[in-house]
Amino acid sequence: MIEQVVKVNLPVDEEMRVQKMRLAPSKPTDGMRRICVVTGTHGDELEGQYVCYELQRRLRAHPEFLNGVVDIYPALNPLGVDSITRGVPGFDLDMNRIFPGNEDGAMAEYAAARITQDILGSDLCIDVHASNIFLREIPQVRISETTAKTLLPYAWKLNCDFIWVHASATVLESTLAHTLNARGVPTLVVEMGVGMRITRQYGDQLLAGIFNVMRDLGVWTGDVPEVRQPIVSTDGKVHFINAEALGMFVPRVTHWDNVRRHEIIGELINPLTGEGVAVKSPCDGLLFTLREYPLVYEGSLIARVLSREEANA
Amino acid sequence: MKRETLFAIPSLYRDDLRVTGFRFGAGEKAACIVGALRGNEIQQMYVASQLVRILNELEAADKLVPGKEILVVPSVNHFSMNIGKRFWSLDNTDINRMFPGYLQGETTQRIAAKLFETISGYAYGLQFASFYMPGDFLPHVKMMDLGYQSPELGKAFGLPYVLVRTPRPYDTTTLNYNWQVWEAKAFSVYTNATDQIDERSARESVEAVLRFLEHEGILRSTGSGAGEHSLIVPESSLVAVHSPAAGVYRRFYHPGDRIRAGQPLCEILHPLEGTVLERVASPVSGRVFFAHHSPLVKERGVVYKIITAE
Repeated sequence: MIEQVVKVNLPVDEEMRVQKMRLAPSKPTDGMRRICVVTGTHGDELEGQYVCYELQRRLRAHPEFLNGVVDIYPALNPLGVDSITRGVPGFDLDMNRIFPGNEDGAMAEYAAARITQDILGSDLCIDVHASNIFLREIPQVRISETTAKTLLPYAWKLNCDFIWVHASATVLESTLAHTLNARGVPTLVVEMGVGMRITRQYGDQLLAGIFNVMRDLGVWTGDVPEVRQPIVSTDGKVHFINAEALGMFVPRVTHWDNVRRHEIIGELINPLTGEGVAVKSPCDGLLFTLREYPLVYEGSLIARVLSREEANA
Repeated sequence: MKRETLFAIPSLYRDDLRVTGFRFGAGEKAACIVGALRGNEIQQMYVASQLVRILNELEAADKLVPGKEILVVPSVNHFSMNIGKRFWSLDNTDINRMFPGYLQGETTQRIAAKLFETISGYAYGLQFASFYMPGDFLPHVKMMDLGYQSPELGKAFGLPYVLVRTPRPYDTTTLNYNWQVWEAKAFSVYTNATDQIDERSARESVEAVLRFLEHEGILRSTGSGAGEHSLIVPESSLVAVHSPAAGVYRRFYHPGDRIRAGQPLCEILHPLEGTVLERVASPVSGRVFFAHHSPLVKERGVVYKIITAE
């Protein structure tokens, strides 16, 4: 059933509603576990929309295998999703920088507080993000090094290609994932695809992982496909390729490709002058992030490469 | 006065973004003042530009203390200002959430890094800042409490209030926070406008900065007067008044007005029927510090903030 998590009246005859779909067995049992799948914190990230739909479709197709509660939150920032706005329209701060929110705050902070409260008590949360409109990402789990010990066992089962264990940063303490992890709800952040688009293949890949984790938690008793073994890496083995010139980036390689050191991965072209600059890989490795939106300034991120040494480790 | 391009960011089809600085005096790096970091901070750029004008006159009149250098950067993100955007023109990121910046990073990280490299090392860092809520404030100076500097110093601006903020995680990437971490005494000066020019408030801010620089021995005889006796107020002590309903907002009081507990502060009208939905009474007696100014208001929106510590 659809449940309302938070509601705030907007000025002219409209309610802002954050809603969730709760799926549970018809006959609840004691000790049933609960998993939350959340997405849409950033209004321009739509990859999680398909995951929410397809997760429900598959669960409904076999209710006999559902042995726990699945809460699905498809749009934590509904106004943003509806208006292709990354943040909350009319609010300067990124919604994923205001958790745990404030019960006495204005709309966005109040919503963050209610969402946090609603998820607390669950056994696992999966926070599905896409990249922004500028970059394409392979399905990956990102976890901070402080939570790695708790989260890695779950992340391994999520059928992603890559687990990135990154350094902690103070500014990230106000994310939903940090907030929930700090309050005892293991929360995995999944990044995949590109902003403003849905990639069915990535969605299906993640869904296999979600069912695998649900089976592990006892929420799902049906069969699950074999999941892939991810590459686990830390910051030190990820090489960033930022644009050192401006122009339009035209790739020569495909995403999630093996690249060689000094291999040209694309060109930065200047359609006005007719000049172009080659962009080369700094190492042998796997290209797991690739520029999607062509226009770049100096500094714009073009790609990330996981060095082969690490990929083989 | 020496005008210089501190750094430039080239663009494919637009002119270069040139970040311009104005240096006054020479010697130890005494004070740096930054205006607009965002594209809608027109008042902040205006105040900084007026400061440039006056400092130029003061320098000509030999009112700068020898051996001290002042740097003013009136605007950083006029690329966005020129096209009516608040944040960076391409990716909508906020330069004031990128400090101390990263020279090998994304464009706005590089802008922040190049700026920070130029404006670091000054004893005092002053920023004309804007707030994220639409409304009017009493002019004030704000500092983040990192334990490095005394709020007492903020009284030297002679503005009515020195607001002390306990930083939240998202504050840790702002200019003010990082200036302090890099050992500058940092203050944000808030005027009561952002995307419009308020002449009176702009003059007050310029005078406040001149007064501060004179107090700290960087300028002399600016004629800016003693200013007001400042009250130090923890930001957390401001009483926020929320709108219990959504609709058209009719405001009764302005920043600076004194109000009593129970006094009606505003009305919320039905947006389609025109009737009064709610009349919002003040929960406390005090002075209006912030008043919402948009004609529309959401349910739970902060319509007033009231100072009671007087």
